[in-house]
This record gives sequence, structure tokens and C-alpha cells, in this order.
Amino acid sequence: MLQLLWLVPAVPFAGALMLAIFGPRMRSKVVAVVGVGTIAVSAVISLLIAGAFLSAPPAAGADTQVLWTWIDVGSFHSAIAFYLDALSLVMVVVVTFVSFLIHLYSTEFMRGDEGYSRFFAYMNLFVASMVTLLLADNLLLLYLGWEGVGLCSYLLIGFWYQDPANGRAGRKAFIVTRVGDTAMAVGLFLLFHRLGTLRIQDLMHAAQSQWPIGSPYAIAAAALLLGGAVGKSAQLPLQTWLPDAMAGPTPTSALIHAATMVTAGVYLIARTHVLFELAPPVQLAVAVVGTATLLMAGFSALTQNDIKRVLAYSTISQIGYMFLALGVGAWGAAIFHFMTHAFFKALLFLAAGIVIEALHHEHNIFRMGGLRKELPVAFWIFLIGGCALAGLPLITAGFYSKDLILWSTANSAAGGMGLWAAGIAGVVLTSLYTFRLIFLVFFGPAATPVTRRPGRAMVIPACVLAFLSIAGGFDRAPFTAFMSTALPGFRDARGGVAEAASSTAAGFAFLAGLLAAWYAYLRNPALGRAAGRNPAGRLLHQFWFSDWGMDWLYDRLFVRPVVWMAAANKADIIDSIYDGLARMAALCHRFLSLTETGKLRWYAAWIAGGSAVVVAIVMFL
Amino acid sequence: MTIVFYASSAVAIVATVLMLTRLHAVHALLYLIVSLLAIAVIFYDLGAPFVAALEVIIYAGAIMVLFVFVVMLLNLGEQASRAERALLTPSMWIGPSVLAVILLAEFIWILMRGSARPMQAASIGPVEVGVTLFGSYLIGVELASMLLLGGLVGAYHLGWRKVPKTEVTHASHS
Amino acid sequence: MLPIREGFILSGILFTLGLIGVLVRRNLVFALMSIEVMLNAAGLAFVVAGTRWRQPDGQVVFLFILAMAAAEVSVGLALVLELYHQYKSLDTDAISRMRG
Repeated sequence: MLQLLWLVPAVPFAGALMLAIFGPRMRSKVVAVVGVGTIAVSAVISLLIAGAFLSAPPAAGADTQVLWTWIDVGSFHSAIAFYLDALSLVMVVVVTFVSFLIHLYSTEFMRGDEGYSRFFAYMNLFVASMVTLLLADNLLLLYLGWEGVGLCSYLLIGFWYQDPANGRAGRKAFIVTRVGDTAMAVGLFLLFHRLGTLRIQDLMHAAQSQWPIGSPYAIAAAALLLGGAVGKSAQLPLQTWLPDAMAGPTPTSALIHAATMVTAGVYLIARTHVLFELAPPVQLAVAVVGTATLLMAGFSALTQNDIKRVLAYSTISQIGYMFLALGVGAWGAAIFHFMTHAFFKALLFLAAGIVIEALHHEHNIFRMGGLRKELPVAFWIFLIGGCALAGLPLITAGFYSKDLILWSTANSAAGGMGLWAAGIAGVVLTSLYTFRLIFLVFFGPAATPVTRRPGRAMVIPACVLAFLSIAGGFDRAPFTAFMSTALPGFRDARGGVAEAASSTAAGFAFLAGLLAAWYAYLRNPALGRAAGRNPAGRLLHQFWFSDWGMDWLYDRLFVRPVVWMAAANKADIIDSIYDGLARMAALCHRFLSLTETGKLRWYAAWIAGGSAVVVAIVMFL
Repeated sequence: MTIVFYASSAVAIVATVLMLTRLHAVHALLYLIVSLLAIAVIFYDLGAPFVAALEVIIYAGAIMVLFVFVVMLLNLGEQASRAERALLTPSMWIGPSVLAVILLAEFIWILMRGSARPMQAASIGPVEVGVTLFGSYLIGVELASMLLLGGLVGAYHLGWRKVPKTEVTHASHS
Repeated sequence: MLPIREGFILSGILFTLGLIGVLVRRNLVFALMSIEVMLNAAGLAFVVAGTRWRQPDGQVVFLFILAMAAAEVSVGLALVLELYHQYKSLDTDAISRMRG
């Protein structure tokens, strides 16, 4: 069964190729079958592999399938090889399954769009790249997948390219993540230069044996890899691209910018956990970055009025939780939260898509309202997703995963109560903005009439995800046990805080946020209006709305100088060198044509002269 | 033996110089023929009777005669001679002479460097030449024949004058 | 005593004279004649060399030169006739349409 591993990325890739070449000529039904079918095949195969892996685990808990040698130059060897252990297995299963559901959803969502086949081609290519990234045996292949998902993200954000704003959003995403990618590339160079290999398992063993804890090389390498992770996962300071990325179609936002691509950074850190364990300052930085991001994004989400932007900031915030977990050494908890987050965040985006479609592309939540009665299915699934996000105690998956993270943080050596308190504050914020969203969209007076009801293809995947958002949390114990075959277990450093205490605190935080939202938006809407009129309140609102001013900062700091330099170099100094070469060639041509007189005696004279010179050279040299 | 050589070489050189300075083409050709005959004598003196005969028969006898025929066909009259005189100013000779003399000087310098070993005369007759020609140089013979064929076809094609279309059909009917 | 070196020198002088003729004379027929002189001089050199080595190879090469000269002259003179027919002049400086 494990021999079929290579099919998991290969089938979507073949699908992407076929759709890219033949797509415009296919009928839309065929496009849908091909586009969804490849992902279905991939998901089924990954489930079968999971079954085989669980029933008969391979030796050392991991299996490698080598396809062929990619690069073999000097001392550098890199192969196209796939590495399957608990970590990559879980992530591949989640990614392919959620992708399948989202592809099914988009057959109806994107119906009638003139880029129907192009959309599925890009989405298939994305899934192929993401799976390559997850299964990669060496960091170079991982980087290939990394770049591939970045490319597909760019292509899909700017999918409706006729609107230049979409193109700008795509470029912004690509360029900001590029900063991170460059840091990661430098990290790869450093690792290869010092340790001589990029094969992940060999690299981890070499690092552990050669570098002591706190070694400067480990710190540098881990910091650079963190830079790459921060870029791709939209954490501080490279998070500015994700809210703008909502310009893409909703299924894209659901798949790429919520469930899968943005978690690539989490995967990278988990994969190279040895490096981070060897560099405690960097691991602390991971936790701090995660905490800061989750709070910042939480505040920003409170002020947004576009439904997708709220969910985007929510994604940034939740990945902050995953980074926090990685930073305190709760590796399994981070992956568990990844899984539950994939379920409920994709669910929320799909439900948001249903609402947007129903209201004929209305995104502003202040122009929605009262949809509880008009779209009951959307209401219930959105409610389930929102409760999972906010962490409704005991029945939602999100509660179990977030709780594990918070409890681990409280008991860790690096984190302690400070980070725990920040995490609890994050829970309050999450609950607050989630229920603000739900109350504004589904309760209150109706502002825009419903023009379309969702079809089966849109509702069924959402319902499946809703079920998983509830049931996915109950398998926490076997999940963490399974994870410990690939990742180190959590080291309980203080042992002071019991889980029950932490869970209770989280539950109260959830209630606090819910009550505050209910009061501010349902009971007493005048409060919000009064806050809006208050100058301090307005200032705060503007500050949080613009993502804490980071876009403004980056514009002043980086964008303007570069644009100025480009305008200054308008005559293109470098190009004029080559222009000069061409001009000199033309000049030589003009002079040499003067020797073509057409006269016989002139030519004969030149022959005679030339032979005299040649004979002289032969004679004297 | 050497006196024959020096006399013939003097004749050859003088005849060539005279050939270069004539105004009328036929005069120049006649001087050229004299030069070639002098060279033939030198060949015979060197012990190569076969090429001596060839020089006279083919070079002086056929090629030069062809020249004479063509010049006759051109029918360059008195005005051509006057034009030639106008063209051949003394200043015209300076540049080419310098160039050519430089080449000659280089050539003589190379010759002078080698050792001059005295050699005895030995006549190499037609038989030996024929054996070598059709032995080791057979492919050369074939190539030369192809070259001559090419020359023949080329000359024929270039000399072909298109006959103006007269009432040929009339003549055939009547 | 065979005059080998003197033979080569004679060949060189005749070649040089032919070269001067090509460079100086503007009439095409004279140019062709000068080329014949050069060819003849080269053939003389070959024969002298063959005599020096006591081999018939020099004479064989002279035969080839002869054949080549014959072919060249026939085509060349046909071209001269054609040229005179077209341009009514044999001045090589005037017939320079392959200029530029």
C-alpha cells in the first residue's frame, strides 16, 4: 500500500496538466469531474495508506519512498523522495480530505465563471505542491513545494485578473512571502554548508551530534527557517498579505489561506524541531511571535466589516496559537490544533461563501442581517464553526485543541503564566469577534434580500466539515499518542497547573466574550454607536482596522524607496551598456563597408598586401 | 648549361616587362608568347622535356591562341589604345611595385637561408611522368577532367547568344 | 650543376611581375594575361622543385596547373566577351556594381 504514496501528489499534478492544456476545450461537467476526481483519488489513496500505516506501522515509525535522483553534483545529493511518518501522514490526510470537500463545493460556487477550468487547474496544482511539501524527504524538495504553493496562491488571489486590485493583492502576497522565502533559502544554504546534507532526517541527526544546545549556527539556521515560516504562515511581521488575499475566490480562501498553505510554516517548524530545540532563544521567539500575533490579529478582527477579512484575521490569530504551542514545545498540540482549525476554518469560509453568494456578492456584514430565518442551514453550520473557533467547552473540537495548547503553555519552562494569560485574553477576543460576526450577519433586521439558495454541492461538504468540527476533538488522546511516534512529547516543566483549571478558565473566557458581544450588538447597539463617536474610540478603531498601521509602515519604509529608485533608473543604466555594444557593432559595419568598393584592383591589392604580412609573420615568428 | 639558363631567363623577364607596358592587346600577347617559349627552354634545360613540350603546345599554342581569338572578337580599335595610354600614368606603377617588391624580397630572403647543394642533371622523361600521373595522382586526373568539363559547359553557356524570335513556324509550314 | 636557387628566384621575379600587372592594368584582358604569367611562374617553381628532388611529381603538378589554367581562361574569356557586350567597356574600375 505504501508504494502508492507517490500517487498522492502525482494524480493532482496530472489533473492540473490536463486541465491546463485541454481545459478550455472541455465542457464544464468534464472539468468538474477531472478537477474533483483527482483530489478524490488522492484523498482515498491517502486514507488507505493511513489505514495500512496504522495497522502495520513500519520500523522506526517512518517509511521513505525514493523515486529518482534529482541533483547529484559534487558532494550535493538531492532525490525526489517521500518520507512518511505520523506527522506527514496526518497532515496529508487532512489536506487531501479537506481539499476534496472544498473542490466539491467550488464546482457549484464557480459555476458560470469563464475561468472554470483555469480555477481547477490552479487548485489541483496547489494540492500537488502542498502534498509534495508535506511529504518531502529533503529540504530542497520541500522548498520546491513551498514555492509551488506560493505560486498557486498568487495565481488564485489574482484569479479575476480583469480587476487590477486583485493583481495588486496577488503581488503583495507573493512579494511579502518572498521575503520569508529568501530567509529560508539562506537558512538552507547555511545548513548545507555546515552539515553537508539537506535530507531532513540526516540533517537532524547531524545537527544533534555536532551542535551543542545554544550553538550560534543552530540559532542562525533556526532563525532563518523561522523567517520563512513567518512569511508563509502570515505571522508578525509578515502578516500584511493575508487580509488582502481575500480578493481571491472564497474556495481559494478556504483552502489555501485558512486550512492548508498558511500552515506550511507550522509544518516546517515541526519537521525541523531538532534545530529549534537546539536554539532555545529562537524557540522562545516562536512562542513570543505567536502570542503577539494572536493578540494583534484578534484586535484587528474586532473592527473589520468585510466578512472574509474577519475570518482572515481570525486565521492569523489561530496560527498564532499554533506557533505558541510550537514555541513551548507542545509539538503534538500544535498539529492537533492545525487539524481542528482546518476543519472549522474551512467550514466558516464555505459558510461565508454561501452567505456571499446568497446575497449576490455582498461582503459587508453591516449590510447583512436576519439571515437566521432565510438561510437556516448556513446559520447552523456557521454557528457550529464559530463555536468551534471560539472554543465552546466540551462539545467542539476547537475547545479541545486550544485547551491543550493553553494547558501546555502554562506548564512549560519557556512560557509560564504570562503567555498563558495572553492566550486566555486571546480566547476572549476570539469569542468576541466571532459572535460579533454571527450576531451581525444572522440576527437583527434584514438589510439585503436573499437572491440565491445554495445547492447540494455547496451544502454537503459544509455539513461534513461541521460534523468533523464537533467530532474531531474527541480523539485527542490517541492523536497525541500517535504524534509522539514522530515528534517529541511535551515536557511538563512546572506541573503546577492542572488541566481542569486551565479548561475552566478558557470556558469562562469564552462566555465573557459571548456575553460582551451579545450585549454590544444585540442588546444595546447604541453602545457601539457611542464608541464610534468618541474620538479616542474612533482612533483606536482606525488603528486596529488598518492592521495596527503595518501597511502604512511598510509602504513608507520599503515600497516608496524602491519605486523611487525604479523611476530614477528609467533610462536603464545597465541596459545602455548593451545598447552601446550594438551601436559599436553598427559603427564597425559602417567603416568596414567602405572597403567594399567593387573594384577588382583594390581587392587584388589587399590580397597582395595581406599575403606579404602573413609571409612576414611566418618568417620572423 | 647555365649560360642557356641565364639567357633564357633574361629573355623571359624582358618579354614579361614589355608585355606589361604595351597599349595594344595583341602586341602584349605576342610578347607573352615569347616569354612562355623562353620558359620552355628553361624546362628543357632542367631536364624536363615533357613539360617543355607541354608548355609550348598547350600554354603557348592553345591558351594564348584563345586569348588572341577573343581579343580579335572584341575588336578594340585605335581609341582603346589611346584610352590605355591615358590610364597608364607613371604614378600608377608606384604603389603596386612597392607591394610586389616587398613580396619578392621576402621570397628571396627565404631562398637565401637554405643551403645550396650542387646537383647533377638528370632527365625525367614522359614515361616516368606518365607512370606517376596515372599511378599516385590518378584522382587528380579525374578531378582535372571534371574541372575541364565544368569549364567547357560554363564557357558554352556564357557564350550562348539567344537567337531573336523570327517567323520560324512560317518556314516549317511552307 | 643545376641552377635550382636561381630557378626559384626567376620564378619569384616572374610572379612579382604578374602581380604588378594585375594591380596596375585596368583593362580586363591585360589583367587576365597577368594572371597567366603568375600561374606560369608557379608552375616553373614546381618543376624546379621536382628536378631538385629528382622526382616526376613536380611535372605532374605542372600538368594540373596547365589544365586548371585552360579551364579558367576559357570561362574567363567568355565572361570578358559577355561583359563587353553589356557595358561596352573593359575598365575594371568602372565596372564596380558590387560596391557597398
